[in-house]
Amino acid sequence: MPATTHAVRYRPSAWMRTSRWIRSHLIAAYGILALLYLFLPIAVVFLFSFNKPVGRQNSTWNAFSFDAWTHISRDPTIMNALGISLRIALVATFVATILGSLIAFALVRYRFIGRSSTNLIIFLPMATPEVVLGASLLALFLNMGLPLGFTTIAIAHIMFCISFVVVTVKSRLQGMDPRLEEAAADLYANERETFRYVTLPLVAPGIAAAALLSFSLSFDDYIITNFNSGTIVTFPMYVWGAAQRGIPPQVNVIGSIMFFGSLAIVIAAQLVGKARRKA
Amino acid sequence: MAEQARIEDLHLVHVTKSFGTFTAVDDLSLTVPGGGFFALLGPSGCGKTTTLRMVAGLETPSEGQILLGDRDITTRRPYERSINTVFQSYALFPHLDIFENVAFGLRRQGVKGAEVEQRVNAVLELVELTALARRKPAQLSGGQQQRVAVARALVNRPDVLLLDEPLGALDLKLRRQMQIELKRIQSEVGTTFIHVTHDQEEAMTMADTIAVMNAGLIEQMGAPAEMYDLPRTAFVANFLGQSNLVHGQITGRDGADLLVRVPGGEVRLPANRAADDSGGLIIGVRPEKMRIAYKDEQNVNRVRGEVLDVSFTGVATQYTVETPWDPDRPVTVFELNDEGAPEVKAGDNVELVWEYGFTFGLDGDDDLDAGNELAAEAAEVAEAADAEDE
Ligand SMILES: Nc1ncnc2c1ncn2[C@@H]1O[C@H](COP(=O)(O)OP(=O)(O)OP(=O)(O)O)[C@@H](O)[C@H]1O
Ligand SMILES: [Mg+2]
Repeated sequence: MPATTHAVRYRPSAWMRTSRWIRSHLIAAYGILALLYLFLPIAVVFLFSFNKPVGRQNSTWNAFSFDAWTHISRDPTIMNALGISLRIALVATFVATILGSLIAFALVRYRFIGRSSTNLIIFLPMATPEVVLGASLLALFLNMGLPLGFTTIAIAHIMFCISFVVVTVKSRLQGMDPRLEEAAADLYANERETFRYVTLPLVAPGIAAAALLSFSLSFDDYIITNFNSGTIVTFPMYVWGAAQRGIPPQVNVIGSIMFFGSLAIVIAAQLVGKARRKA
Repeated sequence: MAEQARIEDLHLVHVTKSFGTFTAVDDLSLTVPGGGFFALLGPSGCGKTTTLRMVAGLETPSEGQILLGDRDITTRRPYERSINTVFQSYALFPHLDIFENVAFGLRRQGVKGAEVEQRVNAVLELVELTALARRKPAQLSGGQQQRVAVARALVNRPDVLLLDEPLGALDLKLRRQMQIELKRIQSEVGTTFIHVTHDQEEAMTMADTIAVMNAGLIEQMGAPAEMYDLPRTAFVANFLGQSNLVHGQITGRDGADLLVRVPGGEVRLPANRAADDSGGLIIGVRPEKMRIAYKDEQNVNRVRGEVLDVSFTGVATQYTVETPWDPDRPVTVFELNDEGAPEVKAGDNVELVWEYGFTFGLDGDDDLDAGNELAAEAAEVAEAADAEDE
């Protein structure tokens, strides 16, 4: 090896060797540190889902136990809150994704009066502080005489999710070569077929991303929901409330399940994408 | 192919396309002969793409008609026309593999299983891409993508195939290769090809018929050799190859020839090669038709001048000669480097001669520099050089 022959004549000092080693591994080290920073809290949540807490607080390690995992639904209020949050998130995602995608198509494809103001209005919910949004929605619902509950929460979530869907789908659409649709028309595809075989497959990743984003935004929203929930308790509200008295390890279990669930979805999407590219 | 006999002509009848107040194509009438290789040649922005898009149905003419044979297709949707396009940017579907890209048009037309397979494989063989059928467009080179685009259009056996500068993105070597390839494919399938380009050499080597377009109008149309030999406007004379032009005045007639007075002498040319038979006329002659006289010659036009520059280009030598025609507009002469080539250097006084029959006469009102992008650039360079000298 050339390195050894070099070493006979010239031996770099220990300091130089260390500094070279540090330099060549700096990015890896930095990456590991960043990942640790991101995932350490989640690891703690996961770890404490196996704790058998003494008293109410699940913050000091006591003993290892599968108790919380095997008895997730011991406390019916957790399951209840989780069910409500999931149902709201599904409704909000479904409605916001459809409406938002349609708005995005309209904004990108057509020139109409009020187009730029629509753009602005769509942007507003993202820019407005949540407290303000929640409070003004509450005032609106009270004035309309709408009873607070599932419906009002769903309406509020749909509203802010739409903005994120429009932004995501719009950028995907704008990045698409308009010539592709012309090529489809040139190759005997009528408007419906062009949409089905060219536009939709190309925009689908954007729509899917928008749906995932909507789901998680809706699922973990606390501030706006808290204003408009009436007597209903969603999962984030339950956790917040429980934090005052002591969070049962079941919450850690649900948190862990959600984390590994979304991880599985992301990995699956990556694998599908890779398989498609290879095919 | 069996249908070859029935390939119909494409007619554009008084077609105009305006975008707001801007007229991109102006009252264009054109017949593209069926089954031929037709080139639409013109400078950037002259309306070539717009014309093609109207033929494809991607743009609707503001006025006029487009006919395929005797069917009016002016307002037909793109998918209702048996016309396919090879886009300048290829526009291959990124989410489909090569096979599915090519099969797209067939599937939309309702062609089923085994026939799709068989036709796609046949056309992929034609463009020599069989091995790459399962790749995605992003995994191909530019030249390969270009061939996929051609295959995707050809597989439908359209009446007309439109090619919008499909070779623009390729390097010179690949370009030449693809030109030959396209020409071969065209003669094999016999479909009408309309090839848009601003490369005059490409148009001349590939096409049976060339139409030179300028500012939304067709300047002249015909076979390449014919157009090169006898351009009808100064634009064509300059855009299609190179020309030496000078303003003259018709003084009389001698049999079938016209006599034209030009600064410093007289020029004679066959009357049927002139745009006019009285008044002003622009006299033109191609650089390679002129030669430097080294012996006494009869029955030729002549002009004397001083050699400004001699540049050796391998096959030929290019002389730049200042003449009384116009001191600011030196004449260019190409001499083949064969036995007859004279020994001439800058500063020499020479006589240039050319046959009467090689002269052409253009409308005296034309602009001598029309279509001459090179001349415009050269003038700028010369000016800059002059400024430096002083
Ligand atoms: N949609 C449009 N709206 C307004 N003007 C347009 C539109 N499409 C084309 N034009 C104008 O029409 C003229 C002709 O355009 P076209 O694309 O046909 O040129 P071209 O001959 O294909 O040029 P190139 O060789 O650069 O591709 C140009 O001046 C262009 O600016
Ligand atoms: Mg163009």
